[in-house]
Amino acid sequence: MNRFQSWGRFPKAEQDIHAMRWKDGMLPDTGEKSVLPFGLGRSYGDSCLNNGQSLVETSGLNRFIAFDENAGTLCCEAGVPLDEILKLVVPKGWFLPTTPGTKFITVGGAIANDIHGKNHHVAGTFGCHVKAFELLRSDGSRTRCTPRTNSVLFKATIGGLGLTGLITWAEFRLKKINNAWIEMESIKFEGIGEFMKLSRESDQDWEYTVSWIDCAARGKAFARGIFMRGNHAPASVMSRKVHAEPKLTTPFNCPNMMLNSFSIKAFNTVYYSKQRAKKVRARTHYDPFFYPLDAVNEWNRIYGRRGFFQYQFVVPFEGGSETMEKILEKITVSKQGSFLSVIKTFGDKKSPGMLSFPKPGITLALDFPNRGKSTTQLFDDLDQIVDSAGGSVYPAKDARMSPDFFQKAYPQWEAFSEFIDPQFSSSFWRRVTAQA
Amino acid sequence: MKTILIVGAYSSIAEETAKVYAAQGNRLILWGRSEDRLKSVQQNLKVLGADDVHWFEIDLNNCADHAPLLEKTIQKAGNIDIALVAHGTLPDQSAVESDFSVIEEVIHTNFLTYASLLTALANYLEKQKRGTIAAISSVAADRGRKSNYIYGAAKAGASTFIDGLRGRMASFGVHVVNIKPGMVDTPMTAHLEKGALFAQPKVIATGIVSAISKKKHTVYLPGYWRLIMFITRSIPEFIFKKTNF
Repeated sequence: MNRFQSWGRFPKAEQDIHAMRWKDGMLPDTGEKSVLPFGLGRSYGDSCLNNGQSLVETSGLNRFIAFDENAGTLCCEAGVPLDEILKLVVPKGWFLPTTPGTKFITVGGAIANDIHGKNHHVAGTFGCHVKAFELLRSDGSRTRCTPRTNSVLFKATIGGLGLTGLITWAEFRLKKINNAWIEMESIKFEGIGEFMKLSRESDQDWEYTVSWIDCAARGKAFARGIFMRGNHAPASVMSRKVHAEPKLTTPFNCPNMMLNSFSIKAFNTVYYSKQRAKKVRARTHYDPFFYPLDAVNEWNRIYGRRGFFQYQFVVPFEGGSETMEKILEKITVSKQGSFLSVIKTFGDKKSPGMLSFPKPGITLALDFPNRGKSTTQLFDDLDQIVDSAGGSVYPAKDARMSPDFFQKAYPQWEAFSEFIDPQFSSSFWRRVTAQA
Repeated sequence: MKTILIVGAYSSIAEETAKVYAAQGNRLILWGRSEDRLKSVQQNLKVLGADDVHWFEIDLNNCADHAPLLEKTIQKAGNIDIALVAHGTLPDQSAVESDFSVIEEVIHTNFLTYASLLTALANYLEKQKRGTIAAISSVAADRGRKSNYIYGAAKAGASTFIDGLRGRMASFGVHVVNIKPGMVDTPMTAHLEKGALFAQPKVIATGIVSAISKKKHTVYLPGYWRLIMFITRSIPEFIFKKTNF
């Protein structure tokens, strides 16, 4: 099986694979072919692929370099997965400064995609917490980049999709915690208006906020969902137990038939109705709170051989609610949406990243089984709505947006491309910079 | 807390094993070829919780350096409780079978350096009257196969040496473990197609640590290789010689 594919398993790509095991080592000689760093392949679309070219696998760059337990800074090689970091730092009372919905990504990937998490409204992106990293370029140069030294290369590399060179190691700040637990509340809401109200109320006092939204319900139940907010539990809770390894694996590619508009609607209804009370309080371990899907290895295989898309966009607050309703309407009518649709507000903490995705506004992320043309047509329609609202789509999750839309949403792309290493490229980059 | 010598410290199996020992708070001594890499491994083991990590640069192919470096190591780092010998090379058989100079290298690295180093370790542990030597041979040692008999022959030599050494050391309270990994997903096997039987170095490492603490004699890792090799050894030669293993 070709494990060098993206998480959405679409598009398929063939690449020469080279491995990098030592941070002092040279980049592999890929001859005429361009190269792209590949971590754990959790990007959904084609930003981690380099079809017909080569990849340099970074999972061998998996060593810690220094952990300052007093100051809460960690320095490690770029292929270290967040999973291993948690195992190291949680027992010492530290946590990741921000984390996406899976812990199976590398530090290099976190920087290259400038990932965000449930605490974006207070903490910003991962790039906001990076103190330094080393960039290895194809000319053999090694540049130590920080917010002060080589700061332009620093900014280009954060959110730079792995195109500016290979990050060999990085140093970043951790977040102090008392224990491994989160105190959370789940509140049912009906409609975008109520979601926005809950977001505004929660942003001050709750470090983590995220909502699940029903993308299948219509009529009275339209845009219903569950708002989840959490804080690290207070010092009275002692346990710093780390997470366990996943126990379940999706054993095979599920038949495409399994996901249809009926099963998806049923799932969404059950998920919404499972919580009876308007508001539920609970204390939960960080693992199910941040990483519910990590419990099942290779869950992406439930979408079958044809793979799936994730569509994530952000639109500014101004007029955002109306845009969100318009988009949800379109998705519910299409009956193509899937199980876990996630909606959240981004805060205004600015990332150093030149090409970073998050900006103040509302973001929605949804999975769509790949049904071919009807699915991509839907995305084209959604792009138009996002575009006219002044929004953008997340490159790390994209496999199909048009060059026009990308270049309009990321006008800084030309300035960014000055910093791309001449030997580096990706399927994504070639696609979105192709001449129309 | 124990002191553990890891020889060939940046083979994936050795490094993963060192990580397990580091997380338990042990002291580690690393032998390997390049300073930069030894330092990378050292830093990682320290962060993971090793009490202390020393390293020594050595080209293991120079057998004459083994005993003197062992002496130097003990002078600097003290007595050794466990020694794991894990270096090696896996040649691409088809490329070497007609070239004796390469065959000689394979046998030198995978057998002669083991004989030399294990002798030095044995002479030292014999006096110390305690300790464990764990050395990595291979499932390839169990039967000569068309596809890798050169590597297999060298490993068979090492394997017989390890087993014999166990007898010599038994009366001195020193234990010797013969570790036979199957196919492992490491840089050494990067040129091979990865089938379902390939194991991750992490899994092998856990098996090594457990075999050492349980004082096993010979251990197949992962365990299912014991059965596979039993069957492989049982196939009559007139059939076996026609297979493509």
